[in-house]
Amino acid sequence: MGNGTSIGRVRGLGSAKTGAHHWLVQRWTAIGNLVLVAFLAVSLLMLPGLGYQAVKEWISGPVPAAAIALLIVSTFWHARLGLQVFIEDYLQGANRLAALIALNLIVFAGAAFGLLCIVRLALGGA
Amino acid sequence: MANAGTRSRPLSPHLQIWKWGPAMLVSILHRVTGTVNATAGLGVLLWFLGALASGPEAFTSFADLAKTWYGQIVLFGITVSVFMHAASGLRHFVLDIGAGYELDTNRVWSVLCPLIGIALALAFWAALLFA
Repeated sequence: MGNGTSIGRVRGLGSAKTGAHHWLVQRWTAIGNLVLVAFLAVSLLMLPGLGYQAVKEWISGPVPAAAIALLIVSTFWHARLGLQVFIEDYLQGANRLAALIALNLIVFAGAAFGLLCIVRLALGGA
Repeated sequence: MANAGTRSRPLSPHLQIWKWGPAMLVSILHRVTGTVNATAGLGVLLWFLGALASGPEAFTSFADLAKTWYGQIVLFGITVSVFMHAASGLRHFVLDIGAGYELDTNRVWSVLCPLIGIALALAFWAALLFA
């Protein structure tokens, strides 16, 4: 292993060992997104109206509440993986690290907020 | 540092160098729509859920904004982005199993995927507004 060019420093090390997991989870969550976004789209089309009462009654039911909670998990996870690749492609060094830390914080905060909203609606707090 | 010793080295040619083709277009569109979905799409989804969980007044203020012409443009744009990303995502599943790399097949689906996405978005809004 040399210490000159970037190829020289990584030659002989083999694969990164963890990339396949990222790639696979991106696909698993993509399947989840397909099913759950289709559920959301069809549900919105089948609602009697898009007013507060109609939407609230729909989303408070056990099946829609569970589906939208899963939608939050699946889409945020998928977005987290996709934006990570985006950041790694376009940012280097300290900026990359800062962006990845910010990404993790924002994604977890957003998903937590979404899940809390569903729980509140499903358990009748709102 | 990952880029030590590489600063003054030539970069590989990027989008402005290559002659544009459908495969290149659908590839960059997948990234653009994915980024739009992850930011604007999930942002509006959280806004919608937050307004719904906060009660009728908050939901009305969200709905009033969504009904304005600019609100409708944003929502339609997000819908196009979601369906387009879904269509090109399905293309990736096909490519992942090793199919669809023949030049003609690849070209056809590269052109069709964005169009299918737009068609699905138009169908969704037509059903929402007129059904």
